[in-house]
Amino acid sequence: MSVNKKLTVSASPHVRSPHTVTGIMLDVIIALIPSLIAAVVIFGYRVLMVTLVCVGSAVLAEYLSRKVMKRHQTISDLSAVVTGLLLAFNLPVSIPLWIAALGSIIAIVVVKQMFGGIGQNFVNPALAARIILLMSFPSAMANWATDSKFITTTATPLASITRPTEIITSFVGETEELPSLLDMFLGLHGGCFGEVCSLALIAGGIYLVVRKVISPAIPLAYIGTVAVLMLIAGIGDFEFVAYQLLGGGLLLGAIFMATDYTTCPVSFKGKIIFGIGCGIITTVIRLFGSLPEGVSFSIILMNLLVPHIEKLTTAKPFGTPKVDKKAEKAAKKAEKEAAKV
Amino acid sequence: MKGYSANGVLKAVVKGRGGVSVSHSKNTENCKIVRMPVPEKVVLPMQQHIGAPCEPVVKVGDEVKVGQLIGDTDKFVSAPIYASVSGKVTAIGDVKLANGSMSKAVTIESDGEMTMCEGIEPPKVENAADLIKAVRASGLVGLGGAGFPAHVKLGLMPNENIDTLIINAAECEPYITVDYRECMENSANVIKGVATLKKYLGFKRAVIAVEDNKPQAIELLNKQIKELAGGDPDISIMALVSKYPQGAEKVMIQSVTGRKVPPGKLPSDVGCVLMNVASVAFIQRYLETGKPLISRSVTVDGSAIHTPKNVRVPIGTSLSDIIDFCGGFKAEPFKIISGGPMMGAAVVGTDIPLLKQNNAILAFAEGTFKVKPERDCIRCGRCAQVCPMSLMPTLIVRHTKAKDVAKLNDAGTMVCMECGSCSYVCPAGLPLVQHMRLAKSVIREAGAKK
Repeated sequence: MSVNKKLTVSASPHVRSPHTVTGIMLDVIIALIPSLIAAVVIFGYRVLMVTLVCVGSAVLAEYLSRKVMKRHQTISDLSAVVTGLLLAFNLPVSIPLWIAALGSIIAIVVVKQMFGGIGQNFVNPALAARIILLMSFPSAMANWATDSKFITTTATPLASITRPTEIITSFVGETEELPSLLDMFLGLHGGCFGEVCSLALIAGGIYLVVRKVISPAIPLAYIGTVAVLMLIAGIGDFEFVAYQLLGGGLLLGAIFMATDYTTCPVSFKGKIIFGIGCGIITTVIRLFGSLPEGVSFSIILMNLLVPHIEKLTTAKPFGTPKVDKKAEKAAKKAEKEAAKV
Repeated sequence: MKGYSANGVLKAVVKGRGGVSVSHSKNTENCKIVRMPVPEKVVLPMQQHIGAPCEPVVKVGDEVKVGQLIGDTDKFVSAPIYASVSGKVTAIGDVKLANGSMSKAVTIESDGEMTMCEGIEPPKVENAADLIKAVRASGLVGLGGAGFPAHVKLGLMPNENIDTLIINAAECEPYITVDYRECMENSANVIKGVATLKKYLGFKRAVIAVEDNKPQAIELLNKQIKELAGGDPDISIMALVSKYPQGAEKVMIQSVTGRKVPPGKLPSDVGCVLMNVASVAFIQRYLETGKPLISRSVTVDGSAIHTPKNVRVPIGTSLSDIIDFCGGFKAEPFKIISGGPMMGAAVVGTDIPLLKQNNAILAFAEGTFKVKPERDCIRCGRCAQVCPMSLMPTLIVRHTKAKDVAKLNDAGTMVCMECGSCSYVCPAGLPLVQHMRLAKSVIREAGAKK
């Protein structure tokens, strides 16, 4: 039997794995949903409104900017939805909606699309937008006022526990009393609405690791470094370390932002270096900086170093003979001496 | 002894990096190899191996018998070609092969008699030189797909720097089961063949490497070693993790010996020779009967094939004859592949002859394999994680665009064996293997200019 219809001819391989970009982004969105639900429960329905505005304006900004730049549409890969969600999670619930929308537009148009779209931005779009908002609208971005019935203290706890000496002497300052560690874990305290519920964030992180969307290398290196350094800074005070780990945007940043494919190293070694770097910068900013929070800045700073980390950690092709550095140095020395003579 | 499990089956020395878990789809693993009826005609291309093509030694109108020499050359890297049916030479001219290249070919119209050529008798083998000469005369090329003339590899022996003979029975490509069937049905030839090669060529040890998704083959071969090779402690079976591309030369050498073949080097540089399991079994059969390579087993499978089978086919039979023997198509074929789905070549039609090195014909209906929409790279790094050669395909894509030959060389472009793991895993659906081929051509072009 000969074939009448024309056959399809294409290069090997002819089978492909079921993974797609859209599928990966969908997994990230699924992983963020527990935190969104927790935020709605804790802070009320305004959370949904802020989230919708952020996601909606991110998708619209992506659609329009691709259209203006006459490039193929990419909104179906859902990456703009993820950026919108992450930005929303980094905002206080009281944020004016127009500021939220502006943040999404900055993230998508300035940080992502102007550098070439998905896979090309050199810093995390949501984080960069958050920092720009923080600089431009400091009071709106630090307005932790909420009518939540769960929360008694309004200030973000990190503001009061940044300096170890203070924590060791007594928790005094602008808050009456620190929330308990259990409240910290469940998210019953002030802060950006997506970062408060540690339980939901960790659940999302485990989901991503199990689905093999992210490698646990960066979150573990990051959180581990912060824990170790804070333990040293707090002179062995585990309670202080626990507040540091559960407070602020550390978990959200370590699990969802530092692991952004585009802006983190590819190799395992590179990921570990990246995570440790983020941890060190976060700790230094929290302990010595005038800002209570250092996660956004640390990740952005490490994003900038990624090309260099990549250069140092890229694996050599299979079977490349190991270079004996000592022998190489000796050879160079001999060469120099020979040149002198 | 370290690394031995209870029954003497070895475990891999090193678990290599990378690789992908593809669906095995070994649907035909229990299909015994069946002989197909003599085809009406066979087309024997003069290029069925890596190296110099053969020249026909027959003329149009000649009567030929099975096993009669049809084409040969005095070039070293080559293998002679024999008539696979008896009949009359009706044409000598160019034909298109599965990979799209053209080759001179001899067409023989069969008389259906399969009359054997006179004078076929077992070769006399007393030493290494005799054996290597016999292997050249048998027309054997690597039956696993590469088509490298076997006598060239074996001709490196005896050599005190080469100690290990590795028999590749991994068969890591999905669907293909002919090597497995060879192990199950001709285990005696496999083991005897290994013992013969080891004895005459002076290998210190021989390892038959099988993926651990074929426990029955491992058990049977292990039993046969005890019975047929006198329990030779230096012939052993090794069970390797079933992970694509376990059967790739460099990956297999690393798994079996822990040695890494450096870029640009050959297995012999790390003291190894690799042979496909069916090739070894063939050598033993040839030494016993003197019948050269005129037929081979091939897996016919895929969603468009009516009755998937393992078939013993005269070399040069057209793909359409073989597919007809398997009941033809049960669905409109969308894509037909010569070889496996990871590295095989899609063919433009079925009117092409089966070559010595073709181990599978797969025909698929539309929709069997999902096609991913091609998107922008998101830098997820999956391609680098699965690359068994530790390469970074996305980096190489960038250097290719910049035509930066120095950086392409540094990135190890030439080490790529085009196993397809990167393309397989890419969530953005990028044709990374094609990019790698393009990168290689950039390097070659720059080399040609110099």
